[in-house]
Amino acid sequence: MTLFTAKYMRWVDPQKANSTTSAAIARITQLVTLPLLGLLGFLLLWSVAANSINTSLGKFPGPQAVTTQIVNLYDEHVAERTKESAFYKRQDIRNAKRMADDPSYVAKVRQYTGKETFFDQIMTSLITVMSGFILAALVAVPLGIILGLSQSLSTAVNPIIQLFKPVSPLAWLPLVTMVVSAVYVSDDPLLAKSFITSVITVMLCSLWPMVINTTQGVATVEQDLVNVSRVLSLPPIQHVKKIVLPASLPMIFTGMRLSLSVAWMVLIAAEMLAQSPGLGKFVWDEFQNGSSESLSRIMTAVLVIGFIGLLLDRGMTKLQRMLAWDK
Amino acid sequence: MGTSATQLSKMSQGIVLASTLVLCSQAIASVEKLGYPEKEELTFGFIKLTDMAPIAVAYEKGYFEDEGLYVKVEAQANWKVLLDGVVDGRLDGAHMLAGQPLAATIGYGTQANIITPFSMDLNGNAITVSNAVWEQMKTHVPKMADGRPVHPIKADALKPVIESYKDQGKAFKMGMVFPVSTHNYELRYWLAAGGIHPGYYAPAKGDTSGQIDADAFLSVTPPPQMPATLEAGTIYGYCVGEPWNQQAVFKGIGVPVVTDYEIWKDNPEKVFGLSADFAEKYPNTTIRLTRALIRAAMWLDDNNNANRAEAVKILSQSNYVGADYDVIANSMTGTFEYEKGDKRDVPDFNVFFRHNATYPYYSDAIWYLTQMRRWGQISGDKSDAWYKETAAKVYRPDIYSRAAKSLIADKLANAEDFPNFATEDGFKEPQKHFIDDIVYDGKSPNMYINKFAIGLKTGDQL
Repeated sequence: MTLFTAKYMRWVDPQKANSTTSAAIARITQLVTLPLLGLLGFLLLWSVAANSINTSLGKFPGPQAVTTQIVNLYDEHVAERTKESAFYKRQDIRNAKRMADDPSYVAKVRQYTGKETFFDQIMTSLITVMSGFILAALVAVPLGIILGLSQSLSTAVNPIIQLFKPVSPLAWLPLVTMVVSAVYVSDDPLLAKSFITSVITVMLCSLWPMVINTTQGVATVEQDLVNVSRVLSLPPIQHVKKIVLPASLPMIFTGMRLSLSVAWMVLIAAEMLAQSPGLGKFVWDEFQNGSSESLSRIMTAVLVIGFIGLLLDRGMTKLQRMLAWDK
Repeated sequence: MGTSATQLSKMSQGIVLASTLVLCSQAIASVEKLGYPEKEELTFGFIKLTDMAPIAVAYEKGYFEDEGLYVKVEAQANWKVLLDGVVDGRLDGAHMLAGQPLAATIGYGTQANIITPFSMDLNGNAITVSNAVWEQMKTHVPKMADGRPVHPIKADALKPVIESYKDQGKAFKMGMVFPVSTHNYELRYWLAAGGIHPGYYAPAKGDTSGQIDADAFLSVTPPPQMPATLEAGTIYGYCVGEPWNQQAVFKGIGVPVVTDYEIWKDNPEKVFGLSADFAEKYPNTTIRLTRALIRAAMWLDDNNNANRAEAVKILSQSNYVGADYDVIANSMTGTFEYEKGDKRDVPDFNVFFRHNATYPYYSDAIWYLTQMRRWGQISGDKSDAWYKETAAKVYRPDIYSRAAKSLIADKLANAEDFPNFATEDGFKEPQKHFIDDIVYDGKSPNMYINKFAIGLKTGDQL
């Protein structure tokens, strides 16, 4: 909501403000009240619908059940942190005792072995999706620029991109899992295998929209600008930096936004399928548990997934505005 | 001549006694030497079933930490994923079906050397059918004075139902959790005892569906998905561990008709499986984790199940079994609910420690092997000696007894709660309490196989 009003405030031109005050107020009320009304309508519809759907695990969770679960999940998180600090304390005592008995022993602090809470899972999913996305951007943007600059290269590579673009990354998942297991072998791995698998899956699905949009953005830079660069005889790097990038930035960002929202959706599915840590695993575990609270917990997760997706999209828009050369 | 012979035998007795003493003292010495674990950070896998309790309890009660082990406990999607995890080293050990380490060792399915130093529990499974099937079955079940059905219900009552399905041209489908699972053998045992053919396997011909000649068609469904699959109408009944039978009662979608306690009293259920390489590479870790598990099992059965309520609370956490407290409590606290409202006492439904439940008996392993032969998973005849050798390769009472002895030495356990390690040969006395009254003697498996009306016998090959 604040985003909407902030956006609006910038549009209000101070000089014209007086004459348009009443119109502005009308627009503010429109921008605030309409979404609010929509939200209320949704809540009402949701609770009515939820009440009339019966499953073998009880009624479909309504807004109230979800609110209760948010509190529960938070309490569980706090309880788990308390257990965690007790775990480290016990470990310190045990290590000290062992070092007294056995001076050659090199004490090592081991990671907490308890369960991940809902909030831990959110963080895991966020870190995974951002890592995969950044990795994809590092590959896709330079690739897109090269393809956009060279018409013939683009024509050559295009069939391959078109072939792989429609493949659901979930189809890749088994292959990625096996390859990661085979290639990533280490006794004391820095990153968990499941994390690498998820990151690669996210990267595979983020890649194509970014490559395609970047290529198009670069290829459609206005001829005038290209001519300017030619007159100034800018070296290739300068040409990309001063002319191509600023002009194609909106397209690149459109690709990125597309990628990120797809990546977020795919990550959740991949986590469910591969049982790798994250929100998807949380949903799957709750489904398997089949307790009377499971459905409301899953519903909570669904809303949180949606909300994070929304924030990611908003974040990208903000970033685009911040980086825009022309503003 | 006569006297010298007795003298000689006395002397040899003396020598035997002396050498036993030496052995014993060596054993005690080795107990005292039990060193620090070679590997301290471990990951154990489990399937969401109440009989994973020893692992959860050993973690929550700090028994693993007492041994200097830092264990992560992770739920697995299904038995295949879990077994692969132990084979490829992603998991250091896991809650396993008793048949899994045996099948892996003889190379049925995945080939790998898996051992078990610890048997996790007795009983704990049941067979559930859908409401519709129960309605039809009910008419064939004898009733008590109060109108409730007489238990145990035999598969004889199911036979007419299956025949009516057959007449309508429908296949009667049932779910079990894994081809070499206890549940598969128990379901088959129950069906066959009632004259229903559950189908043969013929791996030599590449047929691993287990549906040759079948009246009832069995297929694999992961335990937590059983109720949902039954509800969807994909299967008409299933055999699974708890809480997934009680879950069907709570959801009102099915009725458990028989517990495995009634099919075979005090049958061995899950085991704790490790790869043979792991046990060889990390002997102290192996003994220490066995110690922790024994202590957890003792806690679970302590004081006549006094700790069960607390255990149920632990199990109902979402990272362990995660089902509702009431659902898990139904079977874990010595009762079992058949039809909704028909709750009966089954005090030994879940046994974790008493009756030497945790000792890995060779005879238990051999029973599973006989069933693999009976249903064709082992396609050819094997000698009695082969059964014994295979059991001894997988079941490791030597590790168990070292762990138990060290617990006794540390005053954490009492010697009288364990089998007498000096004389125990790993074979239970011939067992009588089967639903079809056939007696099982682990020392003569081939004779046992030939007793069944339905099943492959010596010389049979598909």
